[in-house]
Amino acid sequence: MTPTPQPHSSPTPADDVVIVDVRDPSDTLPTPPGDALPGTRTITLETRLLDENDRRAAANRADFAARGLRALNFVSSPGAGKTTLLGRTLDALAPALRCAVLVGDLETANDARRLRRPGVPVAQITTGGCCHLDAAMIARATAALPLDGTQLLFIENVGNLVCPASFDLGENRRITLVSCTEGEDKPLKYPPMFSSAHAVVLTKIDVADAMGFDRTLARDAIRRAAPQATVFELSAKTGEGLDAWLDYLRALL
Amino acid sequence: MHELAIAQSALQQVLREAERAGAGQVSRIVLRVGALSGVETDALRFAFDALLPASPAARAQLEIELVPALARCRDCGHDFAPASDTLFECPRCRAFGAELRSGRELYLVCIDCA
Repeated sequence: MTPTPQPHSSPTPADDVVIVDVRDPSDTLPTPPGDALPGTRTITLETRLLDENDRRAAANRADFAARGLRALNFVSSPGAGKTTLLGRTLDALAPALRCAVLVGDLETANDARRLRRPGVPVAQITTGGCCHLDAAMIARATAALPLDGTQLLFIENVGNLVCPASFDLGENRRITLVSCTEGEDKPLKYPPMFSSAHAVVLTKIDVADAMGFDRTLARDAIRRAAPQATVFELSAKTGEGLDAWLDYLRALL
Repeated sequence: MHELAIAQSALQQVLREAERAGAGQVSRIVLRVGALSGVETDALRFAFDALLPASPAARAQLEIELVPALARCRDCGHDFAPASDTLFECPRCRAFGAELRSGRELYLVCIDCA
């Protein structure tokens, strides 16, 4: 016998449950427009899908230029060494160069704590599950930091080698990191993140031999996926290769 | 799942344009997505399926124009469809650094309104 579909029961009001709606009211959709017109017509738009983000990114870029600072967007898989490289970079450059840091993660302020240095403003952006930073988040975070006089703004994106590639933050340079523990062909597997990079940093080269990592193969993969990028090979732990990276940053000013 | 954020941004534009045109219903949404845009069209459709029912564009049909990747060699001028593992290597002269002519598109092309 075919079971008769039961009508969906209406939810019981749960008066004893505290509901905290954390959605942004501006996220709700606008009310439907007026009466429908007979027939249909095509409205040609040809606008970029991330138009809103691109506009905000352009505003960020203009704001950075007005402040005279250069912004760098660090992207990589989780665990490629963004925080360690940033920490080492701050140790070498700050406070002689005025630096500031924005760091994005789903949860915790652990990375912001790791990157705290005297005279370096740091803000943690917790996305609460969002897999990338976007230009609006950067605008809010920069407004919360004392950036007067800042020369270099380091933005550590959410560890994710796919989604952040689509979101312009208004940065001046996009830096893609790939570590020797990830496999030589990573750049070929995740092309957008590499083809949009100004620089690619191969990290953890101190463990390359132990990992059986073939740096020649990796170099070839980077060259194929990111022919436009300046390439660095370094170990933030031992300091090998760090000087060329620091020179690159100084030359941005 | 950045496709959800992209779908939200697209839908905002759709509704804004429909309102500006004084339209009551959106019957069709046409997107153009490049093969190398980093957007998965299945995930994009899934995101639209989740967003549309609660919106004034509830009954809209979603159409996605896929744009294949096309590159031109900077050295010999050869046009070619880049293979995924040799993205910018010219198959004729083996030079690297070909210019991508198409494949990164991410556009809201048009909407049909009633």
